[in-house]
Amino acid sequence: MRPTASRLLNILVPVKRTIDYAVKIRVNPDQKGVDLSVKHSMNPFDEIAVEEAVRLRKKLKDAVKSIKVVTIGPSKSTETLRTALAMGADSGIHVEISDSAPPPEPLGVAKVLRAVIEKQKESGGIDLVILGKQAIDDDQGQTGQMLAGLLDWPQATFASKLVVNAEKREANITREIDGGLQELKCKLPLVVTTDLRFHVLNAHILPSEPHYASLPNIMKAKKKPIEKFTPADLGIDLTPRIETVKISEPPKRVGGGKVENVDELIAKLKEAGITAVKA
Amino acid sequence: MLSRHLAHRIALRPTAKAVRLAHSLSALRLNTVNEQDVEHFSKILPKTSVLSTLAPVSTASSELEIYNTDWINKYHGKSTTVLRPRTTKEVSEIVKWCHERRIGIVPQGGNTGLVGGSVPVNDELVLSLGNMNKIRSFDPVSGILVADAGCILESLSEYLAPENHIMPLDLGAKGSCQIGGNVATNAGGLRLLRYGSLHGSVLGLEVVLPDGTILDQLSVLRKDNTGYDLKQLFIGSEGTLGIITGVSILTAPAPNASNNVILALPSFDNVKPLYQEAKRQLSEILSAFEFIDRTAYDLAVKHGQGRALNEEDVEGAECFVLVETSGGNREHDEAASISKLNGLLESLLEADQPLINTGVLSQSPAQFAQLWAIREGLTEAVSKEGKAYKYDISIPLGSFQEVVDTTREHLRSKGLMRDDAVKYVVGYGHVGDGNLHLNVIAAAFTPEIEAALEPFVYELVSKYKGSVSAEHGIGLMKTHALHYSKNATSIELMKRIKNLFDPHGILNPGKVLP
Repeated sequence: MRPTASRLLNILVPVKRTIDYAVKIRVNPDQKGVDLSVKHSMNPFDEIAVEEAVRLRKKLKDAVKSIKVVTIGPSKSTETLRTALAMGADSGIHVEISDSAPPPEPLGVAKVLRAVIEKQKESGGIDLVILGKQAIDDDQGQTGQMLAGLLDWPQATFASKLVVNAEKREANITREIDGGLQELKCKLPLVVTTDLRFHVLNAHILPSEPHYASLPNIMKAKKKPIEKFTPADLGIDLTPRIETVKISEPPKRVGGGKVENVDELIAKLKEAGITAVKA
Repeated sequence: MLSRHLAHRIALRPTAKAVRLAHSLSALRLNTVNEQDVEHFSKILPKTSVLSTLAPVSTASSELEIYNTDWINKYHGKSTTVLRPRTTKEVSEIVKWCHERRIGIVPQGGNTGLVGGSVPVNDELVLSLGNMNKIRSFDPVSGILVADAGCILESLSEYLAPENHIMPLDLGAKGSCQIGGNVATNAGGLRLLRYGSLHGSVLGLEVVLPDGTILDQLSVLRKDNTGYDLKQLFIGSEGTLGIITGVSILTAPAPNASNNVILALPSFDNVKPLYQEAKRQLSEILSAFEFIDRTAYDLAVKHGQGRALNEEDVEGAECFVLVETSGGNREHDEAASISKLNGLLESLLEADQPLINTGVLSQSPAQFAQLWAIREGLTEAVSKEGKAYKYDISIPLGSFQEVVDTTREHLRSKGLMRDDAVKYVVGYGHVGDGNLHLNVIAAAFTPEIEAALEPFVYELVSKYKGSVSAEHGIGLMKTHALHYSKNATSIELMKRIKNLFDPHGILNPGKVLP
């Protein structure tokens, strides 16, 4: 029996173009930013989110009506959307900012995403937002939570397992928390942020290593539609509210030293100003 | 390691070749290292540079095993003494002494050679360059790097990376092989297609001659036509004419836009037209074109080399080709090279008679490395699977599969294609250079398998007027096969040159020349 229209799911996956995780970061001389003229690629947590959406479709088949990917970034971010499309997403939305604009902050991003989701109501709405738990450039980890708050939707963050029941419009999520795992049951529409362990548990492949994009998919991806907006089109002002005062590298590790015996160790500890705890 | 010991015992059975060789070496009347020699070496070198099972040093013989055994675990020397000098002067002193005493020397770099050229035949002295590992200078304007011979290739690459330069050669052994050894063997590798051979990129050498004289031709000049180009003799001489102690080499600007793709081909026949198409459409940005047959790929995946392609992409593929493109380092070069590559891939997929089934294009630096890991890990995968008879040959591009299949059929006709004899016959290699690495993977090295393969493979290569050693060199393994690719006049001249440089015959005796 074909699922009825009200039970078809539209999934939205926000992705971010970040400096590739393998690149060595160099702080700029002005200490306000880092060298950006290096290799960029999709935020690894977002790769997991895209992969998870594609896997959900494999499982739920026709119940997943569409997988849309959205990004907020300069013109080069289109490449990131194309990668997501090659991985199996259906269409993309590029909220384009100028190349020289400051990187958007989580609250700004969440507001843009809410505006995008509002717009999507015209074509069936969004039932599930899956995004990475944090971006590896700023490590903020706030966007998913803020978005859920703005939308007044339930949220399941740091998820490592997601099971969706399209008929009942419910999802069971396992969350990674300090000390173990937490299981939640949520109603759709829902915001989920992905943790690394998604892959270990679900796909028997290494964390943060989605499938290679095969050529036919890459060719197909070129023809998939990408809608373009500016933040102004959506009525959002992305002016930063936070000022970066200073960025610096962690202090260089100073070499250690070897001591010959316990007496020397005690002497060196005393020198360093470390005193014994009173028994 | 149990299997190593087992193989050791089996391999120690002398082959007919080894017996012949022992005779010819004794004809050279070389002397064995004795305690007085070791005492002398201990005086001119620091303690840490002398390893010897002889008194007064008395190192455990197990410590010398890595110097006495080659990478494939096929050749086992019986040297009692390994010296690890730190300076060119020390190398010169050692060679001077050995010249007087007529002691055979095996110069050794990373010991990653595949033709038994870097380990002793008998008990020759091993002179390891491993302690000479300093970078002497680098000029970022000209790109000329001067380094000690013992510098590991990967370390040199890492040094050059922040300077936005790369070494003009790259090979799977990069983590262990040393630049001196690379030059002595005229190593080819994965980048030769784009950057040419060491005969072109090496600008100067510092060599210790067989009588201990230091020949300093460590020039940093790009162009210098003054007299005979002696360094060309040492490049590829495999340590038989001199010991390389310093190298001056021209490095290349690092390409910024590097991409790679592994293409799955339904039939081997498509490799040649694919190469033509790739050359035509990619032209100057084509930097590597490597062939991997289906069995080799399966072995790489089995032994965890790199990350496997998706199941659907691999179905029906008879072989794979890895194509790498490297653009320049300006922004529009990146866009230009991606569009050239995409253009090629589109035309391949949409052709009436597609040359490829599908392919996998790297989407990030991590995936780029993973795709290369599959190709670079083949040698290791083969070694893990069994004992490999390696034939590194140059033959016409279109004949690769024929040679692999013919060899397999020949072994089958001898009843040797069985789990306890020959497990697999695989082919992979630098197809863009016409260079095939034919690997016959056996359960153990046996005289029976060897007799079935040689001279069969060499005669097969001869039929195609190919080379019995495209890049691996002659070493100990192919001295008797030299005549398949070089005529008597050439070999005679080589012997005369050897005699001129090394009248006492002390440098790497038994190697290269029959």
